[in-house]
Amino acid sequence: MSLLITLFWIAVVVAGALALGWVFRTAVIALSRGNLRKAMRTAPLTAAFGMFIILLYILVAVFAPVIAPFAEREVVGGQFLPWEAPHIFGTDNLGRDMFTRLVYGARNTVGIAFMTTALAFFIGSILGLLAATVGGWLDQILSRVVDILMAIPSLIFSLLLLTIFGTSVITLILVIAVIDSTRVFRLARSVAQNIVVMDYIEAAKLRGEGLWRLITREILPNAMAPLVAEFGLRFCFVFLAISALSFLGVGIQPPTADWGSMVRENAALITFGDVTPLLPAGAIALLTVAVNFVVDWMLHRASGLKE
Amino acid sequence: MGLIWTMIAKRLGLGLLTLFVISVIIFSATELLPGDFAKAILGQSATEETLAAFRKEIGLDLPAYQRYFNWLGGAIQGDFGTSLSGNKRPVADLIATRLGNTLFLALYAAAIAVPLSLVLGILAALYRNSIFDRAANAAALTSISFPEFFVAYILIFVLAQSGLFPSMTRMDADTTLGEGLYRAFLPALTLTLVVTAHMMRMTRAAIINLLASPYIEMARLKGINPMRVILKHALPNALAPIITVIALNLAYLITGVVVVEVVFVYPGLGQLMVDSVAKRDFPVVQAVALIFAAAYVLLNLTADVLSTLSNPRLIHRK
Repeated sequence: MSLLITLFWIAVVVAGALALGWVFRTAVIALSRGNLRKAMRTAPLTAAFGMFIILLYILVAVFAPVIAPFAEREVVGGQFLPWEAPHIFGTDNLGRDMFTRLVYGARNTVGIAFMTTALAFFIGSILGLLAATVGGWLDQILSRVVDILMAIPSLIFSLLLLTIFGTSVITLILVIAVIDSTRVFRLARSVAQNIVVMDYIEAAKLRGEGLWRLITREILPNAMAPLVAEFGLRFCFVFLAISALSFLGVGIQPPTADWGSMVRENAALITFGDVTPLLPAGAIALLTVAVNFVVDWMLHRASGLKE
Repeated sequence: MGLIWTMIAKRLGLGLLTLFVISVIIFSATELLPGDFAKAILGQSATEETLAAFRKEIGLDLPAYQRYFNWLGGAIQGDFGTSLSGNKRPVADLIATRLGNTLFLALYAAAIAVPLSLVLGILAALYRNSIFDRAANAAALTSISFPEFFVAYILIFVLAQSGLFPSMTRMDADTTLGEGLYRAFLPALTLTLVVTAHMMRMTRAAIINLLASPYIEMARLKGINPMRVILKHALPNALAPIITVIALNLAYLITGVVVVEVVFVYPGLGQLMVDSVAKRDFPVVQAVALIFAAAYVLLNLTADVLSTLSNPRLIHRK
């Protein structure tokens, strides 16, 4: 019986999400012009739902101080208050408003994950393109170094590095970005390798174009599409990795509002049948699902890049 | 036969080389520590004599390469030095029982996840584009994107709340196998849910790739039933990619185990490592990292060898 009820609720959630996707898609089609409109017409409902969620998260992150009823670090009442007004999701282990912390978490957690991914892409794609363009010993050295770094499980490696450099946001961003850039390097290098053998690159070299111009003006534009799709996937991995580290207590440090550490701080509640700790964890899951849906569609559009 | 053995020997050699380089990285990582290590541990107020004594005690007065070979030599014989925190216990003692617990959990999860994902993957390939296939795919994509602790807490909320299973896993020396299986059920189920999705998708993809080849078409035209086509004709050829995926996911279990152990307060290596990171207990972190990395390299190596064995054409690749 309880299984049937669970299945019913899952069906309701899925139907609601698809309906939301449909409404969002219709709205965008009605409001937009040109290429965007054409693309949205073919978007499946899951992708539309994903885009809606991503947009929602961005809005919440940007307007966090306007939306949140209290200040990020303000103690507003007793510890672990139940879900009653004015605290719609109750309070946390120190008596801070849960809803406010969730809203600011969108800014902190997602912002840090985004910066880390961007940094990883900056390092990884520059080195990858460089390795493919120059080739020879530079390519050999970089590739072997990346091989070795990738032979160490990334979570274990980041734990090791965080032990050494201590836990602060800056080191967290740098450590994760460096570890993740190895994966970006692999992709950028293999994509660029197919491009550098083309005739127009040869022509550009004969024309006397320098290395920098060759990479940024000739190779990068052609390598952009797979890199952008990979950015979405990488963002998911980075986001999950940072959340996991914060959950373990070695990532983003209190009192900064962050979803991973919020789960850990309030985890005790779950054994009393309170779902509050599931809210930040669910917020993480929802964003990753949304990004995955959109990326799935983009990969599909790029005509079977994967699978 | 000789060819296979040289192939295995080559791979083993390469694996050992990788492990050696990894051990150098893990060791030299502590050398990167900004500032004076002894001061960082003992604090600013430590006197010159205590600092010198501490340096001598943990061997910091020797040159780096000498310390490395001492450490590696000890590690090979199972001696990882002593823990820096509290009562200075030998690291090997801390690790011994926990290593068994972690292996138990990983094997437990693998024993459920591997058969389950193979069956689901084969069924999804057989009934591809049906409702079952679509639902399984969407569920897989969703569960891939869930953080482990989210899955873990949902399971605790649903299954441990009602008292069906314990939400904290206690493992003693005198825990019987049956009890252990019962107590570790929730952590194992969490890990299963996390890795099954990926394995299932890859199994499905590997089989569907093969279904397009002419010999499958031939088998189908002969009138063999679809299940038999998949099991007898497609599966043997899909083994290589499937084995690789299984090994990669087992390797993933190694890191997934860290978070799950912390959620369920499971006395394993992962929890030890996280505790030691917070305490900056280098010898323990180094030892655990080395064990995890070794397991990871070994699994990848096994995958490589097994998939080569399942497809003789791979032996001759350049």
